[in-house]
Amino acid sequence: MNIDHSILTILILVPLAGAILLALLPDKGKLMQWGALAVTLITFLLTLHLPFHYDYGAASGTFQFATDNPWIASPAIRYHLGVDGLSMWLVVLTGLLAPLGVLVSWRAIDTRKKTFYVLFLLQQVAMLGVFVSLDLFLYYGFWELSLIPMTLLIATFGRTENRRRAAIKFFLYAFIPSAILLVGILWLYVRTGTFDLPRLTQLAAAHSISSNSAALWLCSLAFLVAFAVKVPVFPLHGWLSDAVSEAPTAAVMVLAGKLGLYSILRFSFSIFPEQSHCIAPLMLALGAIGIVYGALLALVQKDLKRLAAYATLSAVAFIVLGIFSFTISGLDGGIFHILSESLSGAAFFMLLGILYERYGTYDMREYGGLAGKLPWMVTLFVITTLSLVGLPMLNGFVGEFLILSGSMQAVFAHHMVWTVLATTGVILSASYMLWMIQRVFYGDLGIKSENVKGWDIDAREHLAMWPLVILFLIMGVASPIWLRAIDTAGTRIAATQSSSVSPQAQISTASASTEAK
Amino acid sequence: MTPNIVALLPEYILTIVGVLIMLAEPLLPSGASRKPLGWLAILGTLGAGYASWYQLHLGNITAFSNSIQVDSFSVFFHLLVAAIALVTLLISLDYFEGNASHSGEYFALIAFSAVGMMLMTCATELLVVFVGLEISSISTYIMCGFRKGSAAGSESSIKYFLLGSFATAFFLYGIALAFGATGSTSIAAIAQGLATTTTPRMAFLALAMILIGLGFKVSAAPFHVWTPDVYQGAPSPVVGFMSTAPKAAAFAVLLRITFSAFGPMQHRWAVLLWVLAALSMTVGNLGALLQRDVKRMLAYSSIAHAGYILVAFTALQADGIAAACFYTASYAAMQIGAFAVITQVTGYNEQIRTTDDYTGLGLRRPILAAFLALFLISLIGIPFTGGFFGKFYVFSAAIHANHVWLAVIGLLNSGVACFYYLRLLVALYSRPVTETAQPTEGRSLSVPAGVGLTLAAAATLMLGILPGHFLNLAQRASASTQSVPTPVAAAPVTTSQQ
Repeated sequence: MNIDHSILTILILVPLAGAILLALLPDKGKLMQWGALAVTLITFLLTLHLPFHYDYGAASGTFQFATDNPWIASPAIRYHLGVDGLSMWLVVLTGLLAPLGVLVSWRAIDTRKKTFYVLFLLQQVAMLGVFVSLDLFLYYGFWELSLIPMTLLIATFGRTENRRRAAIKFFLYAFIPSAILLVGILWLYVRTGTFDLPRLTQLAAAHSISSNSAALWLCSLAFLVAFAVKVPVFPLHGWLSDAVSEAPTAAVMVLAGKLGLYSILRFSFSIFPEQSHCIAPLMLALGAIGIVYGALLALVQKDLKRLAAYATLSAVAFIVLGIFSFTISGLDGGIFHILSESLSGAAFFMLLGILYERYGTYDMREYGGLAGKLPWMVTLFVITTLSLVGLPMLNGFVGEFLILSGSMQAVFAHHMVWTVLATTGVILSASYMLWMIQRVFYGDLGIKSENVKGWDIDAREHLAMWPLVILFLIMGVASPIWLRAIDTAGTRIAATQSSSVSPQAQISTASASTEAK
Repeated sequence: MTPNIVALLPEYILTIVGVLIMLAEPLLPSGASRKPLGWLAILGTLGAGYASWYQLHLGNITAFSNSIQVDSFSVFFHLLVAAIALVTLLISLDYFEGNASHSGEYFALIAFSAVGMMLMTCATELLVVFVGLEISSISTYIMCGFRKGSAAGSESSIKYFLLGSFATAFFLYGIALAFGATGSTSIAAIAQGLATTTTPRMAFLALAMILIGLGFKVSAAPFHVWTPDVYQGAPSPVVGFMSTAPKAAAFAVLLRITFSAFGPMQHRWAVLLWVLAALSMTVGNLGALLQRDVKRMLAYSSIAHAGYILVAFTALQADGIAAACFYTASYAAMQIGAFAVITQVTGYNEQIRTTDDYTGLGLRRPILAAFLALFLISLIGIPFTGGFFGKFYVFSAAIHANHVWLAVIGLLNSGVACFYYLRLLVALYSRPVTETAQPTEGRSLSVPAGVGLTLAAAATLMLGILPGHFLNLAQRASASTQSVPTPVAAAPVTTSQQ
């Protein structure tokens, strides 16, 4: 049997089998740590199969490594997996972050290691499943499944007494829109008789899903809102700061952004191209507002984790701005930025976690003057920060540049305003990040850092950090490695958008853009 | 064997077993273990289940002048009731051990109750349904008060008995009105009679009365008020049983009555059921939100689940029946599983009551906590569990029949529902505030209880991962309700002329 057809199934099954195995083994700390590391490393190595065997010359819109078997006869649910330029790197990224997450949890998680690693592996299963599912039903299954391990991770391993509340808040914020998403999915199924994404895309392109445009609109909103909460798009971000500040480092590394943004790109854009196009001006506005709002809130935080949460809000808003511009460079930049932001964000959260292990606080006022004591830590912190604020030659820059240039080219009304507003976000993010560095590492020794003896990054933490730092550099310098596959997806989405928009909509946007001039 | 024997084979087996238990009970010395009687009852349910399975391969059987019809539909519910009874017996084998002097009758009552429910699901004559309803109800009234000496238990039993009697009275009144309007109490004849009746209003009133009676049995709002009190006071294994099996039977009857007997009036009763469904879902979930007591919370949540099943009634016939059958089965699996865990955790004394008491159960009793977590996840409706597919079929059936708003209400409700399930789920796995403040707990997991729990968990997962086979059965059941025979010895037609 050709491994290409079963690789995606294997990718899902390996962490699942690992989770079951760990659950059955006796709860010995070392065994759990090494077991989880082995499972996640194997999964990562298997994900590397994808980029090396991906056919970069294939026509855009085709799914590779696909497997398509019937699962349930009625309703017609298929076990349909596959990846394209959009999802392939996300799968690899999910594979890479997992072993790093295990490494940073080595010391941070000191009790109930079994529960932690089993939940962590299940989380990985759900995320990989979301990225590779091409059947809406299967996708929904993994989407919902991703909520449970995360909720339990926050509830069990949260750092303050607030953890239960944060966990329930996180779950409710995600679950209620998902319930509405399910109505949307069911409605689509009743209209079209299929859950198959490629088939639905074809039907959407031929305008034959439903002639009832009001219903189609409601359905598209059901999808978009569910995804937007998960992203989170301003103003649906209420769960983010609590969840991020409570969740353990490894969980928060995989928490924000990716799933929701991917789902918008994959499902909202392919099934509802016309509606997505129409709602784009609103989303661009929300994106631009989110960038500035997140940055301003980050600026006033005293808690490092909350600062990171609002920085994330600002960063994902950037991606929203890019993808809803529907220009090729905006889409490419958006997809690239998902990868780059996930890496930088993960590195940032890892460093915060490492800092917390030493000093037991996230309160910036208790820090200060650590630079002399922890030279490696400072170096890594500064590199990560520079990558987050988008310094040229590092990964953050590529995405930001493409997004801003894409949104500048967008043919929508008022685009200039939003792009200009978004650009101020770049300045704001540089200010809060660099100010944070200054407060934590420079100046006089803080109250806490005076008393506690810090030890610098140890070998295990180096091992967890350096792959990311090296990737920052490579992605900043040699972005075409990634963009080659991403571009096929971006081009396809942009083409779907421009071809499927009905003549009326084109006329209205054209007149709107002339008005704007 | 004559059809009269074959058709009621499962009922006969359980009746004989029940009688044997009653006869053997006084022969056992007082204070001796009653477990052998329990095992006898378990054998009986296995036998009854096998007999139903055997009937499945015989095709449709009609017996007793067409007042009994064995078809895929009734076999589906027979198997379900037998499975529920089996799990209940397994988890209650040790429950009363050493606590009540007459625990032997308990096992007989479960068998008798199952007989009544099975009779309800295969009856095509409303009076036989009534007999079945009474047999099953009286057994459950008694079982509610089986924790002798407990005031709450007695209160629960009396409340259930009084309100239940009212409900059966409504049901009987409905039958009488149906007879008045159509001249028959047979399901098929009612359907025919509706076409020619001169008093359609009386027919509708009849249906309304029947709906009240059965609405009480399935605890649909606004006939639900008894549920939380009764569930709270009754012993946990009994609650597991009475919140699943009688409901399944009542839903089976309701399906036959609405779709087969009153099929021609669907446009009228569908509206009623729409309202009942929306009301039950909302009242149940909002009520559950306010509860701290876990049994009360599950009582309210069972009201909500009844609402979800009622959604299926508003759908088109073929979809709706299959969806309702599937949901009933998956609800039974997760609900009885949850109560099985509660039985094990709280023990006979039921000291552990509130959500807070469950805090840290994952640390102290990881296996039980994992089981409860699975059932809660299924009750929330997370994919790859039976609860999810149940909701999925019910709501897609509703959307298919253009009841999109009902589906929206339902799914929003399940969003609310996840809040209280999650509160318990999160409590299981969070650290207890103080390590010392732990109430005494039930005994360790015995082998039969472990088997019962595993069966419920396996069913929950099977229904979620491979629903295909089961859905086939449900669809066959749905198809068979559409072919109810006309009675040979029809009821006196003359009365309809008067």
